Amino acid sequence: MAGLSFDLIALQLFAGLALGAIYVLFAIGLSLIFGMLTVVNFAHGAFYMVGAYVGLYLISIGGNFWICLVAVPIVIGLFGLAVERVLIRPLYGRGIDYPLLLTFGLSYVMVECVRIAFGKTGYPFDTPEVLQGAVDIGVGYFPLYRLFVIGATAVVLLALWLFLEKTSYGLIIRAGARDPQIVRVLGVDVSRVWLIVFGIGTAIAGFAGLLAAPLQGVIPEMGGTILAEAFVVTVVGGMGSIGGAVLAGLLVGVVVSMTSLFAPEMAKVSIFALMAIVLIVRPQGFFGRAGLMS
Amino acid sequence: MTKKVTKAGSISRRRLLTTASAGAALAVSPFRINLLQAEEAPIKIGFPVPLTGPYGAEAQDQVRAGQLAVAQFNDAGGLNGRKAELVVRDDKLNPGEAATRTLELVEKEKVNFVVGSLSAAVQLAINNVTKERGVIFNSISQSDAINEAADFSTYTFHEALNPHMTSGAVGRYAFTKFGKKVAFLTADYAYGHEMVRGFLEVGKEFNIENLGDIRHPLGTTDFSTLLPRLQALKPDILCISNFGRDQQIALKQATDFGIKKSIQIIAPLLSHASRVAAGPQAFEGVVGGCSFYWGIEDKIASTKAFNEAFRKMYDGKLPTDYGALGYGGVRAVLEAVKGAGSVETDKVVAALEALKYDYYKGPQYYRKCDHQSVQSVLVIKSKSKDMKNESDVFEVLSTEEPNEKYLRSCEGLGHKS
Repeated sequence: MAGLSFDLIALQLFAGLALGAIYVLFAIGLSLIFGMLTVVNFAHGAFYMVGAYVGLYLISIGGNFWICLVAVPIVIGLFGLAVERVLIRPLYGRGIDYPLLLTFGLSYVMVECVRIAFGKTGYPFDTPEVLQGAVDIGVGYFPLYRLFVIGATAVVLLALWLFLEKTSYGLIIRAGARDPQIVRVLGVDVSRVWLIVFGIGTAIAGFAGLLAAPLQGVIPEMGGTILAEAFVVTVVGGMGSIGGAVLAGLLVGVVVSMTSLFAPEMAKVSIFALMAIVLIVRPQGFFGRAGLMS
Repeated sequence: MTKKVTKAGSISRRRLLTTASAGAALAVSPFRINLLQAEEAPIKIGFPVPLTGPYGAEAQDQVRAGQLAVAQFNDAGGLNGRKAELVVRDDKLNPGEAATRTLELVEKEKVNFVVGSLSAAVQLAINNVTKERGVIFNSISQSDAINEAADFSTYTFHEALNPHMTSGAVGRYAFTKFGKKVAFLTADYAYGHEMVRGFLEVGKEFNIENLGDIRHPLGTTDFSTLLPRLQALKPDILCISNFGRDQQIALKQATDFGIKKSIQIIAPLLSHASRVAAGPQAFEGVVGGCSFYWGIEDKIASTKAFNEAFRKMYDGKLPTDYGALGYGGVRAVLEAVKGAGSVETDKVVAALEALKYDYYKGPQYYRKCDHQSVQSVLVIKSKSKDMKNESDVFEVLSTEEPNEKYLRSCEGLGHKS
């Protein structure tokens, strides 16, 4: 195929970064929960999907997209808190596979419940009117809504960074991740810290689901595909490293995009090829701490 | 007194023994089992369709309409009182799963016929099983390969359109109206490949220029990395050959990228269920083909009757294209059973071959050499304004009447004439 131009390559690169932003948003919740709690949350995709459905429901009863942006993370976060308190907490200290299996099963239950409540068929989810259409970004037209998603991801990342690095509560969370025993000795209720971290992680997943809804509509299985991609991002970035997840998410987006340009059939495989290469060279991922899994 | 009683008792004991042993002999004899099955068991139609996965919306409608055909058959008295039953299985859009489920339907459920499938690839897996076991399979999903001699068998029927007919009808309409420069975005499996082949073949008549074909895997959720490239090719027509959720997402994202401003999007098939699931915005202005649209009821009596029966059974809901195929596929088999007066495979095959039918969309018949249903193709456009009800989603632009010249020739498919 002819027609390769500088503009096209630049636009393609940008499309990759935009796609990467979606991966990042989804993967940081996963990474946060793993990094702080060493819980591999297989239900992350299900929280993401439920987030989209909660948005759908709120809009159907008269809400709008902007209200959803605030309400959905709160609802899903509260749901996450309940899940941690009732289901995950009894499993702490029992090895990494217990919560893994639990969340794996939970994801099936959640998907099935949504199928029962909303049906197996998907629903359309309209892009909010002010964000419809494409804008000229200098090298070509790009959907305004995708630009908005990049912005929203940046805001979430900034807020998360400020919270973890600049507040005293963030300090406790980080300390709790390093050495829960010492933190406990210092008189901090570590289980409450973990509860909140899990809530934040799931709230971000719900938020990501809501943002994804106008891109692809809403369907009970929507969390499945992205979960596989998000695990690649977390593994490449280093399990539990938020900075790693950001870098890896953007990288995966760009790799997919560039492969799409030259060999579209290979785009899906390219993600896993990238993971294999990174793991051969750096088994712990970009910024991963060795031994976190053991 | 005592003697009498003893005598009577001994006779009755002897009788009891004979009856019991005869009964036992009958119980183990295969003759009795056959007898019972032929006389009393319902006529079972296996129905493997992808209820979960990206084609779920369409598959559920296939089931609904298939149930309607069964209900009508039973209400009319069945086959001399013998009722029919639809045995639905989820094939998960996976050839392996479909083959297993079909085998189970044939071996365990002892179905008399198989109707179903919704994938150009999966139906071949089902066909392999039914062909080997000598069970009639009426496929209700698009495929070209199933007509070809290599995959065909006496037991294989194809109620759905095939990609050659569909892309032919859409191509003949679009290439005269929208331009000659065509780019393709294609689902990378049998359905997509066959559609593109069909478009390129009909395109020869119109001297179209093929700018390129970008292929995506089945079940893609993000097309943002493929669309800039397609846009840069500057085609007159972008032909998107995918289905179900892939089609919904591709059209939605193409709309977001502003592709419709300068490029006409066409699709070989516009699925009713997908259009409803994706909303009017995504499909706005897209032109494509279909085998059935409820709106032709003003012109066609059988469509009106089918719509009304479907409405009655499903609270006023209207049938979709793939629903209609489920109905047609099941009804054709059951009518053939009635015509043959038996469920014996060979007799039903002969009855199907002789069938000239009009159940839901105008006249149809199965071509002798490949059992492809010769039928009309509708060219439609998606509506976004003036919709009278939630099913009022398409406008019929033209109808290609049933004609064997729009099918590939029997010799071309490898059949001996």
